[in-house]
Amino acid sequence: METINAEIFTLTYGSMVRQLIADLEDISAVNKQLDEMGYNIGIRLIDEFLAKSKTGKCGDFRETVDRVAKVGFRMFLNTTAAVTNWNAEGTECSLILEDNPLTDFVELPEGCQNLVYCNVLCGVIRGALEQVSINTECSFVRDVLRGSDVSELRLKLLSLNKEEYPFKDDD
Amino acid sequence: MVAYNIYFFNRQGTCLYYYEWHRPKSVRQGAGTSADDQKMMFGLFFSLKTFAAAMDPRQDNKSLGAPLRIGEACTFHSFCTNNYKLHFLESPSGLKIVLNTGPDAGDLRDHLNYIYGAIYVECVLKNPAYTPGRPFSCELFTARLHHYIRSLGL
Repeated sequence: METINAEIFTLTYGSMVRQLIADLEDISAVNKQLDEMGYNIGIRLIDEFLAKSKTGKCGDFRETVDRVAKVGFRMFLNTTAAVTNWNAEGTECSLILEDNPLTDFVELPEGCQNLVYCNVLCGVIRGALEQVSINTECSFVRDVLRGSDVSELRLKLLSLNKEEYPFKDDD
Repeated sequence: MVAYNIYFFNRQGTCLYYYEWHRPKSVRQGAGTSADDQKMMFGLFFSLKTFAAAMDPRQDNKSLGAPLRIGEACTFHSFCTNNYKLHFLESPSGLKIVLNTGPDAGDLRDHLNYIYGAIYVECVLKNPAYTPGRPFSCELFTARLHHYIRSLGL
């Protein structure tokens, strides 16, 4: 698979976030915009993931999350995430990022303490899973940049869609 | 061997791309309009997939017409008639590729996967000007697709 220099990637991402802050001037708007950008990346990235990983089907949500954490993060960020804290129904879990290349060299300055710097990841996961008919919610609950010891993404399954015939019989 | 035409559909039934290399019986003589032709093609593989799943002798089968998730039931890869062979690839993301060739063509599953991963993903999805879910007509895609199809001897 095609690779790029990790530092260039990290710095490009950083300057993009910096530009968003300059343009939008409001941290919560930046968080929202990052999620939106991630979503648009995710709905495209899923096909690359499926084609290159030759993923056919996942038996259940647990298996899906496992693929995201082990294969997806490896393919696009050259890292992996640990999947923990499943709820009893198997519909919610946490992804722990031990190593996140996006946050290398990053410190949040004064006034940006509410910035979810890597919110793009939430959007990517949500967008990618939506394309395979899995509707989810995803958000950061812990963030190393805001003083936590690890970064934790909370992923919640909302619904699984089926394939419906898209046309009405009479038209 | 000969390749007749190729269709790309998304989950919503939108025909994202259509190309014909050789189609002796024109659309006008068949379905009438290309929109109807595409809709009939979508109906053909969609119904065939549902029937195939309902008649599966090996797996717990759902009643006919029950909505399925991709990958949940069995699916067909191709069917052959005395006049043509239809090759079908469906990705879990809902993309469906249909390639019609002469009946003497072999198993083209790997080749459809190549078209999906190396041509569609690279030339269409990675094109920043492309809006997902809209039909596309990207020159690079068309050129690479033709080149690949020719290299298969189709």
